[in-house]
Amino acid sequence: MSKGVAITGMGIISSIGKTVEENFQSLVNKTPGISEIEGISTIHKDHIKVGEVKITNEELCSFLNLPSSNNYSRTALLAEIAAKEAIKNAGITDINSCKTGLISATSVGGMDLTEKFYYSQFEEEINRKFINSHSAGDSSTKVANSLGITGFVSTISTACSSAANSIMLGARMIKSGKLDRVIVGGADCLSKFTINGFKTLMILSETDCRPFDANRTGLNLGEAAAFLVLESDECVKKENKKVLGYVSGYANANDAFHQTASSEDGEGATLAMKKALKIAGVSSKEIDYINAHGTATENNDASESAAIRRVFGDNLPEVSSTKAYTGHTLAAAAAIEAVYSILALQNGVVFPNLNFETPIAETNIIPETEVLQKELNYVLSNSFGFGGNCSTLIFSKA
Amino acid sequence: MGNYYINGIGCISAQDSSDNETGFQNFVELTENLVPLHKPDYKKYIKPNMIRRMSVGVKMGVVASSIALQEAGVEIPEAIVTGSGMGCLRDSEKFLKNIVDNDEQFLTPTAFIQSTHNTVGAQIALGLGCKAYNITYVHDATSFETSLIDAMMMMDEGEQNILVGGVDEIGSYTTDLHKLVGHVKEDVSDSLLNSNTKGAIYSEGSQFFVLENEKKDNSYAQLVAIEIYNELSENEVSQIFDSFLKDNNLTISEIDLIVLGVNGDVDYDNYYISLQDSILKNTPQAYYKHFSGEYNTASAFGMWTACNIIKSQEVPDRLMLNTLKSSSIKNVVLYNQYRGKNHSFVLLKSC
Repeated sequence: MSKGVAITGMGIISSIGKTVEENFQSLVNKTPGISEIEGISTIHKDHIKVGEVKITNEELCSFLNLPSSNNYSRTALLAEIAAKEAIKNAGITDINSCKTGLISATSVGGMDLTEKFYYSQFEEEINRKFINSHSAGDSSTKVANSLGITGFVSTISTACSSAANSIMLGARMIKSGKLDRVIVGGADCLSKFTINGFKTLMILSETDCRPFDANRTGLNLGEAAAFLVLESDECVKKENKKVLGYVSGYANANDAFHQTASSEDGEGATLAMKKALKIAGVSSKEIDYINAHGTATENNDASESAAIRRVFGDNLPEVSSTKAYTGHTLAAAAAIEAVYSILALQNGVVFPNLNFETPIAETNIIPETEVLQKELNYVLSNSFGFGGNCSTLIFSKA
Repeated sequence: MGNYYINGIGCISAQDSSDNETGFQNFVELTENLVPLHKPDYKKYIKPNMIRRMSVGVKMGVVASSIALQEAGVEIPEAIVTGSGMGCLRDSEKFLKNIVDNDEQFLTPTAFIQSTHNTVGAQIALGLGCKAYNITYVHDATSFETSLIDAMMMMDEGEQNILVGGVDEIGSYTTDLHKLVGHVKEDVSDSLLNSNTKGAIYSEGSQFFVLENEKKDNSYAQLVAIEIYNELSENEVSQIFDSFLKDNNLTISEIDLIVLGVNGDVDYDNYYISLQDSILKNTPQAYYKHFSGEYNTASAFGMWTACNIIKSQEVPDRLMLNTLKSSSIKNVVLYNQYRGKNHSFVLLKSC
């Protein structure tokens, strides 16, 4: 049986590092990237903690050698940094040596610019260049242009599961032969829009988030971008590529319960996990590690725990959420956690779930709290979003 | 590759288009630069207590999808795929304006909750109790076409029926911004084709389609192939168009109608003109944006138009760009782009 779709490159920038290696070191050294917000002036500054990339837009622009006249949103800047690392990591020198596409994911898009220049775009002509940077497709288009991809380029926005769905679409397009190679992932920057949105929903924690803890206090927002390079078996063979891991299972299901809340029994999440296992052709017993969505909100962790119990019963592999390191990076989260899943497989290590003390009584899931060395063959990663959007990816060892 | 039959269609737009029986009969050419939707009778499709709570985009999407599902006789589809360039724009604008004007204070969550791009697809699922695959594509002018590509792949993977469509709203703040930079026509006193001015007529709408793997008596057409391109130069279009035909074993003489996304923008209609004056010289040519206006998923209105033409085997003169006619309408190609970016080619065949 086929192992799945080959992953030949990865790139990432998050609050715990601007490269794959830096992220890995932070994970195994238990160094979280949660801090006070510095880059955005918000009245909530003293009441939230965030997973912020401590690099200014100007610095990101200079890393990318962009002219000062550029109209990049922070989402696009983060995306391009991560995508370029992924391309380099995959050893791609000629992007069009085979039929290549790009599928990105974002929920914020260029909102950081629109909220900053909300009125000044009318008053000052110089700020009108940002008008075209607002749409969700803009950051994908910029990344595609910088990489030289002119064909299939698309963007997905299904809230916090977005990047899982871009990885899934990419894997399906490789499997069906529509593309030979595809760069998949997602990016979201912090913005007043999302900070205030989650604030009104009263699910932002004032302190470091505590996924799966009975006394959890809500989520920390984060910003990040990550991309994977997926390639067909023919490409891998032809160019003698090193395979980092495989996308072997994927699924999306809808909770069809409420616009923003997950059902108590985790119906959508259960369906997504079961279907992903089926597509991967493995049983739940073969999963060695669950990288959970685990946002540390009251609702998500209860619902996800219930779903995990429904699928895994008492045969639970190690579970952890890495959100206490990075914060919840929204549309990018699943791509960030895809990189972490591959790192887990490559290095035989389960990353700890920080800040956990007391299990949720109903489900009694006790996540891994230390760096655990363990042979891993299959890692399951969950991502759930508003609109009942539930996605599961399964990665396997190369 | 399987068969993808279009067995149900639904259209909410600036036109009186919610009744598939009347087709183009009540269409009136748009004469303003910003035209809101022609409101359908929401009560026929949505519970009265829900109408007030739903945003315009959600209402359009729910109604267009109900019409399509009902026509196809499908109760709960096996996947819902939605394209929306700007998502729930009005709620996004509302929440953003409150943040800016009130310095992040006195905010309520409703607009934020409904602002996410996938709200329409999610609300359709919630209304139907549909737990299936549900994805939203948000890539500017190819949002709808990516949805179609995904829907076709879902069917190749074994699903039997898919609800797929597009939806985009007018947002007043966003429109004002686009007016500043000349994306919206200043003056629509002349017809779209003779305007010789920059920009497009901005509008809104939602079109949904039910794809099934079986042909039925009421099938409109078969969806055969789609290609999208992020970037193309004017010179490349005819060559790409030609290879699209070749990939589908067709020659230009076998194309009975080309449906173009001509929007009267003097800066970008050249992409169409370069085809019209060359390889499409002897092909009947139609357009539709003088009725639909421009929005990121207006090309779904184009597909709705093509479906009606194929089923009725008639092209109303009001849709024609030239005077050529085909004796029968079998192969129809749609080509669309917006401001020179995000090009799409869609091939439909009569059943």
